[in-house]
Amino acid sequence: MAKGPMSTPSSYAAALVMLFPALFFSLCFSVYEDQVGIWDWHQQYIGSVKEAAFQTQGAGRKRVVVATEENVLASLNLRSGEIYWKHVFGDSDNIDGLEILLGKYVLTLSQQGSVLRAWHLPDGQLIWETSSLSPGSNAMLIVTSIDLHTESGKGKLLLILGDRHLLGVSSVDGALKWSIESKELSDNGEMNIKKIVQHDEKSIYGVGFLSLSGFVVWDIDAKTGHINSRDVITHHQELSMNDLIVTESSVISLDRDGKNIVWISLNQQVLQIASIERHIPDGKGRPHLMEEHAGNIFVLKFKNQISLVNLGSSNVPELIQSLQDHSIVSLGIALPGGDKHALSVIQQVSEDKINVHIFMEEGDKIKVSSELVGSDIQRGFVKKAYLNAYTRNDRSHGFRVLVVAEDSSLSLLQQGEMVWNREDGLASIIEASTAELPLEKEGVSVARVEHSLLEWLKGHWLKLKTALMVASVEEAAAVQALRLKSTDKTKMSRDHNGFRKLLVVLTKTGKLYTLHTGDGRIVWSSFISGFRRSGGKLTMLKLLPWQVPHKHAMHENPVFLVAAKVASEENKFGLLAWVDAYSGMEINSVRLTYFIEQIIPLPLTDGAEQRLHIIIDDHANAHLFPATDESLQIFLEHAQSTYFYMTDKEKGTITGFAVKGPQTASPLSPSDGVLFRSQQLWTIMFPSDTERIVTTATRRVDEVVHTQAKILTNQDVLYKYLNKNTLFVATIAPSGAEAFGETSPEENWLVVYIIDTITGRILYRLKHSGMCGPVHAVFSENWIVYHYFNVRAHRFEYSVIEMYDRNRIDNKNMLQFMLGKDNATATLSSYSHVDLDVKTQSYFFSHSIKALTVTSTARGITGKQILVGSVGDQILALDKRFFDPRRTAEPTQAEKEDGIIPLTDAIPILPQFYLSHAYRVEGLRGIITVPAGLESTSLVFAYGVDLFYTHTAPSRIYDSLTGEFNYALLLITIFALLIAIIISWILSERKELKEKWK
Amino acid sequence: MAISGVLSLLPIVVAVGFFTAAIPISGAGEYTIAGRIRHSRAEGLSGNKAPFKTLNIKVILNAGQRVAFVRPDGYFAFSGIPAGTHLLEVVAPGYFFSPVRVDVSARLNGQLQAFLTETRRVISEPLMFEPLREEEYFEKREPFSIMGLLKSPMGLMVGFMVMAVFLLPKLMENIDPEEMKRMQEEMRNSPAPSFGSLLQGRTS
Repeated sequence: MAKGPMSTPSSYAAALVMLFPALFFSLCFSVYEDQVGIWDWHQQYIGSVKEAAFQTQGAGRKRVVVATEENVLASLNLRSGEIYWKHVFGDSDNIDGLEILLGKYVLTLSQQGSVLRAWHLPDGQLIWETSSLSPGSNAMLIVTSIDLHTESGKGKLLLILGDRHLLGVSSVDGALKWSIESKELSDNGEMNIKKIVQHDEKSIYGVGFLSLSGFVVWDIDAKTGHINSRDVITHHQELSMNDLIVTESSVISLDRDGKNIVWISLNQQVLQIASIERHIPDGKGRPHLMEEHAGNIFVLKFKNQISLVNLGSSNVPELIQSLQDHSIVSLGIALPGGDKHALSVIQQVSEDKINVHIFMEEGDKIKVSSELVGSDIQRGFVKKAYLNAYTRNDRSHGFRVLVVAEDSSLSLLQQGEMVWNREDGLASIIEASTAELPLEKEGVSVARVEHSLLEWLKGHWLKLKTALMVASVEEAAAVQALRLKSTDKTKMSRDHNGFRKLLVVLTKTGKLYTLHTGDGRIVWSSFISGFRRSGGKLTMLKLLPWQVPHKHAMHENPVFLVAAKVASEENKFGLLAWVDAYSGMEINSVRLTYFIEQIIPLPLTDGAEQRLHIIIDDHANAHLFPATDESLQIFLEHAQSTYFYMTDKEKGTITGFAVKGPQTASPLSPSDGVLFRSQQLWTIMFPSDTERIVTTATRRVDEVVHTQAKILTNQDVLYKYLNKNTLFVATIAPSGAEAFGETSPEENWLVVYIIDTITGRILYRLKHSGMCGPVHAVFSENWIVYHYFNVRAHRFEYSVIEMYDRNRIDNKNMLQFMLGKDNATATLSSYSHVDLDVKTQSYFFSHSIKALTVTSTARGITGKQILVGSVGDQILALDKRFFDPRRTAEPTQAEKEDGIIPLTDAIPILPQFYLSHAYRVEGLRGIITVPAGLESTSLVFAYGVDLFYTHTAPSRIYDSLTGEFNYALLLITIFALLIAIIISWILSERKELKEKWK
Repeated sequence: MAISGVLSLLPIVVAVGFFTAAIPISGAGEYTIAGRIRHSRAEGLSGNKAPFKTLNIKVILNAGQRVAFVRPDGYFAFSGIPAGTHLLEVVAPGYFFSPVRVDVSARLNGQLQAFLTETRRVISEPLMFEPLREEEYFEKREPFSIMGLLKSPMGLMVGFMVMAVFLLPKLMENIDPEEMKRMQEEMRNSPAPSFGSLLQGRTS
């Protein structure tokens, strides 16, 4: 091929792209712009809200700005919950503080208080950023109303308080005005200022404790950071260091045993004490002061209740109300216009009802109002609440509450009703799987068919008009709407092509959602009740198809197995639940007596098509599920040949085990499974001073391989090495930090292994010097593609390993192979002699990646695409033919016929390769692929903070007419042909008649 | 290239850690990588749906270690960076930027030396990045044309038929009338109904 004297490889690649557009065209399955939304959908989420700030004043659109656990900063429409804009911060860039300034700017404090950014509220544009702050840990951001005049404009003073520094920052450009080091305030170097309150237009108060027995109040000059005065108010008893709140006029704390409320008024600086027992007689246990307060209202949290207390001008704590049940207190707010303050408490009355209490302080009076609001059981309890007030037409105050539920969903309550709700739990998917929809019911009415036939014809007539460019704008829009709203794709039944499926996803909070692949709507969502209130830290582990309707269990509903583990201080154990995929109903859930290390689905099913699983506990015992006699019988036949392995990344070992016969005579305990012991067979230990396991990859359990051999044009046969028990392991140098900014090529290496997991034999080992992680790998059929960083070239690289079995190469005759007279059907054993022919090749790649997977099709005939989650949160589909170790710079004619692409040193990225086209799956974490019923097509679902679903056809759609196919044009052609036949017949008739008259 | 000319027109960005003197630096590093992203056109190419907006752009350091956002003037900065060789990736919807290798020199007090890994072009301070190309994610739909229609299988079918209708009779004319008569005779005698006899239908 025309290699030419190109100077750089990239220009070579570019030239190649220009020279062979047709070639590349054939390598991608691209979409036209008007096809967007026909098969794909994209949903945006933000995650679990942890901070919120409202912007409801003034004439502009009402918004709420939120920061979430997933490091997302987003501005939402307060009327509908729609996202105006959002930004996903880096992984370590946790947002600690969020404030709105002057109704125009959003301020965020992130990365342990070291980065302060100002954003433009309407569009989310960054205005300035200050990133070298170091206030220390637990930093908080305080916006004051103190004016600052600098050369670059007018602004307000911002304060950042951490445990090392108190910083004064200008809101104009983020410039630091002053800083107070903790050393200046105390001798022990600890930050003594715990709370900050603005005193007047010139000064601020810092409040802290004097060792254990008193308060210290610093009066700090807001302009210079100079400490004007330091006042000490001592108390004869020790104070509780964890309980301190500062209201506008007083400092409140508790004494060490929590028996008394101790407070000082900031104006008078006199210490006052009141007994809690006397004022709140029904509180049990030691109370704590909650951070949330409004005006003079503060909250005491007891073991059994929370009590709202008013510390009014009477200087006597006055109990307003005590609330039992699960209650959440919102931050207090100052109401617009005047000295009023309010606070809300969301009380979970029952599973499906919440009571919204609003406590409003008007002068010395406290107004209490309550509204009962229905809530969804499936959202769980309220986790957080944010209060906002507005002024009604009659000058009275109305309130709205933004509520975050246990499943991370966000909803807005106003006037006793839910205005909107967002399912933001979907931003934290950890596992995804699919289930088939039920079969279509028989007996569809004739009228519906006729109607749809008419619609169908009309649709195609419009389509024809657009194709011939004679359709009006409205008609073109109607065609587009018709294509997008095709009722066919959203039906709740199985389709012939297998495009309609249920996507079952498990989120971090332990909630299951099912989405319809047609339009991405939520079919059902449910909390696994067996997992809730389990005590300790709950971690979701796995979502596995337990029962797939098939053969004789055709009319059963599909069932999923969900596994979780709980680790608390006392004990750790596993949890299992079985959930019906059509209704979301929890069929059963058990609490195991052991910890789950691993769950292995076996290639065996019982009479009811329930898949057998073994659960490996932390003592390497195997537990068989389902724990029935039948499954035990089935398993015992195969128990002798059941092996498993465990990878310990910390110790750097991989250990293989064999399952040993059932342990007990009558072992059927349905909740714990049938216990089997295991025997350790082999261990591979990677030297911890030179190698560290970073990535492992295995073949998909459900992968279908169509052919065991690759037949070349020159009639050679290459036999793929298709042992299912092979494991790919990548290790890197332990010093080669994940951060490759500071390392040199000499101290980095990447070693990859291919290991047989039955015998522990290392089939292949390859060392790449000067390479480092992060490593992403995908293993399919007989090949592995992995991505890593080349420190020497300072570029990313892909490598491919293909394994062929040389043992079987003797019968090379293609004719024999086609006649089935070969040894391709011979049993493959890990113990037999292996003679691998391994081919490898490496290519440069421009970008870092976030996820790597491969397409899968129903029968494995179709070619493969490598799906890459790109650094820009897009999904890139690269043809497997780019990753073919047989590629050479100048392929021979025979190789070209085999579909070998000329070798380039880099994998090209064409914009048309992006499956996600203009969409971004922000915070991309994983991609799953599922075979469609149609062999050519693979379904792709990508999840992160956003969700994206589409189809891909790696070898283009060869087994079905595409939606693009114009039936109307076909009909018209047929009509035209018929008319032409008739006309020509008439003409010939006439001519003949004329002839005869002659 | 006219890049240098463009550069001189722009206000030069000075990469300085603003408060390095006043505040102890957090983290291990002490240097700042700062640069500017610009594009000669504010609007995207015709057909490109994503106009060049700084608000959609992110700069990613070392494959996701840190993420920086971009100011309206295209300025971005990472501070607290240790000396060494770092990789910057610019993510902008609809635009392709080359990853940039940035060497932060400890000897030269944090001087930056950057290198586009795609084109191998070296850039020195102030760092200025431009997209290499715009990305069009969609396949362009061919506008409707008679030729396109004719080239489709159905168009070819119609075309062939038209040819048969108008050209075949012409061919027939050239045949000798006696020969023709003989052929027609043969056709009548043959048992299989030919197309001609079908067309003649009842008349024969």
